[in-house]
Amino acid sequence: MTSARAVDDIVKSEYEHGFSTEIESDTLPPGLNEDVVRAISLRKGEPEFMTEWRLKAYRHWLTMREPEWAMVNYPKIDFQSISYFSAPKRPEDGPQSLDEVDPLLLETYEKLGIPIEEQKALAGIAVDAVFDSVSIATTFRKTLSEAGVIFCSISEAVHEYPDLVKPYLGSVVPHTDNYYACLNAAVFSDGTFVYIPKGVRCPMELSTYFRINARNTGQFERTLIVAEAGSYVSYLEGCTAPQRDENQLHAAVVELIAMDDAEIKYSTVQNWYPGDAQGKGGIYNFVTKRGDCRGARSKISWTQVETGSAITWKYPSCLLRGDDSVGEFYSVAVTKGRQQADTGTKMIHIGKNTSSTIVSKGISAGEGQQTYRGLVRISQRAENARNHTQCDSLLIGDRCSANTVPYIEVKHPSAKMEHEATTSKISEDQLFYCRSRGLTEEDAVSMIVNGFCKEVFNELPMEFAVEAQKLLSISLEGAVG
Amino acid sequence: MLSVKGLKANVGDKEILKGLDLEIAPGEVHAIMGPNGAGKSTLSHVLSGREGYEVTAGSATFLGQDLLALAPEERAQIGLFLAFQYPVELPGVNNTYFLKAALNSLRKARGEPELDAVSFLRLIKEKLKILDLDDALLKRAVNAGFSGGEKKRNEIFQMALLEPRLAILDETDSGLDIDALRVVADGVNALRSPERSMIVVTHYQRLLDYIQPDYVHVLAKGRIIRSGGKELALELEEKGYGWIDSEGQAA
Ligand SMILES: Nc1ncnc2c1ncn2[C@@H]1O[C@H](COP(=O)(O)OP(=O)(O)OP(=O)(O)O)[C@@H](O)[C@H]1O
Ligand SMILES: [Mg+2]
Repeated sequence: MTSARAVDDIVKSEYEHGFSTEIESDTLPPGLNEDVVRAISLRKGEPEFMTEWRLKAYRHWLTMREPEWAMVNYPKIDFQSISYFSAPKRPEDGPQSLDEVDPLLLETYEKLGIPIEEQKALAGIAVDAVFDSVSIATTFRKTLSEAGVIFCSISEAVHEYPDLVKPYLGSVVPHTDNYYACLNAAVFSDGTFVYIPKGVRCPMELSTYFRINARNTGQFERTLIVAEAGSYVSYLEGCTAPQRDENQLHAAVVELIAMDDAEIKYSTVQNWYPGDAQGKGGIYNFVTKRGDCRGARSKISWTQVETGSAITWKYPSCLLRGDDSVGEFYSVAVTKGRQQADTGTKMIHIGKNTSSTIVSKGISAGEGQQTYRGLVRISQRAENARNHTQCDSLLIGDRCSANTVPYIEVKHPSAKMEHEATTSKISEDQLFYCRSRGLTEEDAVSMIVNGFCKEVFNELPMEFAVEAQKLLSISLEGAVG
Repeated sequence: MLSVKGLKANVGDKEILKGLDLEIAPGEVHAIMGPNGAGKSTLSHVLSGREGYEVTAGSATFLGQDLLALAPEERAQIGLFLAFQYPVELPGVNNTYFLKAALNSLRKARGEPELDAVSFLRLIKEKLKILDLDDALLKRAVNAGFSGGEKKRNEIFQMALLEPRLAILDETDSGLDIDALRVVADGVNALRSPERSMIVVTHYQRLLDYIQPDYVHVLAKGRIIRSGGKELALELEEKGYGWIDSEGQAA
């Protein structure tokens, strides 16, 4: 008997015991098996195709092994100790008041100028109707629906627009892609669905912040954005305030699809709670993000500013399938304290005359460890492909580190590849120069860091850029000396 | 305004300033000359608070405050300015942004309101004219890719903007062409006032033709070994430091 069969048998035997009694409870007990996957689907009232889709992923997951190649260290995750479905948190489960929240976290909220009610929500304290987001969201919805744009939770989309979801879900990141993506496909809790019809320029920046029900989408979030021919959308993900979360492991999947002449701009400012000074309680962020430039002359651009998480593992990528399609990746990643990050991108050139740009800015302070890993692949039929990669690291202090690992595979002789990499340090001379002009050391660091990141910030929508700068300054406070 | 007494400073185990005295009254311009490696830049750095120097003896009082007890930015905030011998490049940091941040931090420390963008731009245009600087430099990163002369002029431009009480110009003339030297000197002269003092470190008498000092000091081997009027500079130009060494010793 093969081991796969054995697993199958166990799964089946558990199924025979039935799960009907469990359905009654709100939260599934920790652990993962086929029953749990079915139960998730059932509870969400999903159509049959979704249940099957999840099960297929789950079965495949059982045959996979957790990857170990990223240059990060963390204790083994016990997947059987996680609860894969929880009803919305009850107020008594979270902290009851701000007194119970990490004071450092509160200090950061203060510095970001976040109102007290919002601070509570971010810290996980139950509050009633904090934001006036309901009314804002209603206005938004109206504008969007007039334009024919669909912007809703993925659960809602599965019910309301199954014909739009079904052909695209998992078409960019198949469940076989990697361990975490596979797990996500089996158990994903919720996420966002965006559909931009042909020729429509989305009338506003879309942000999860403005979507009701965006909170508590949980640790296995799934985003699907489809831009039909000739359409344009700019999507903002995340929040500059460090968000606390009960769930240590986050394994999200983001899929973008751009048809002929369509453009998707996806910006992320992420600031997960990195843990206390010892790194305790921090979030492990293992994300699979991929954009598919399916149509000719399509364009997908990823811009990200990452400062949080105890551990980050992510490589937003572009599949450049359409001829003349364009992929871009602009990234600022900060690691400090005991944070570890292994990030980068993959640009897979398949169509003719495809081009990609990679600008990666890594900042390491304290004992932060950071690895940039970039793959540029020019496939056999990708005539006249171009790539420009610029990869800069900035070190603050002597105990941090930054590695750059470029992988380049060129299978067509016409490819034009440029790669630049620099590592610099904020020098004593620079700090003294700034201080001699009346600036504090912290001002000086933040000024130099913001200068270092400028090319990436320029890609962010205006308000996001301002917030990102502020965020960077705050997260690097006390990084020197 | 500035009173330095018996100042001794080390770098590592090496004593570089060996008991230096200097008194500067408001409105005065003091030139400091001296051979390479004498300790002129070290003096500028110690006065402006650069790390890496250990003061082992002596004192420095500026406007009644113990200068050596203050952080570099605090020294700047009470009115000290150093024009660097080697201005530092800040890649990616926009020059205008940098100047505005610097000026506003000084204003804030003095309890004055921060300047808004419009008044700041007006001010900066005015100061640019004095230094005959191309305003394209304002859009570039601080000193990054500036020519040697542009860097030096930019230092004086900063001084014009920040309006210090005491400015130390460390070899601002070196690397300047003849026309630029004149422009910089004119700029410095325009900033002379009864409230503002200057220390001008230079190797060349020529600068002192343009910026007429009230006093000239010779700094050698970590000490002021001779002080005089501006005629001392002429004498040095003619006879070199060797002459002082022997005579200074004897005198
Ligand atoms: N960080 C350092 N480490 C070791 N020696 C130093 C350091 N800084 C200065 N010195 C030494 O101190 C002495 C004085 O240097 P300083 O730069 O003050 O001279 P200077 O008078 O400004 O010379 P110049 O006319 O060439 O500019 C020199 O011998 C120099 O090598
Ligand atoms: Mg010198």
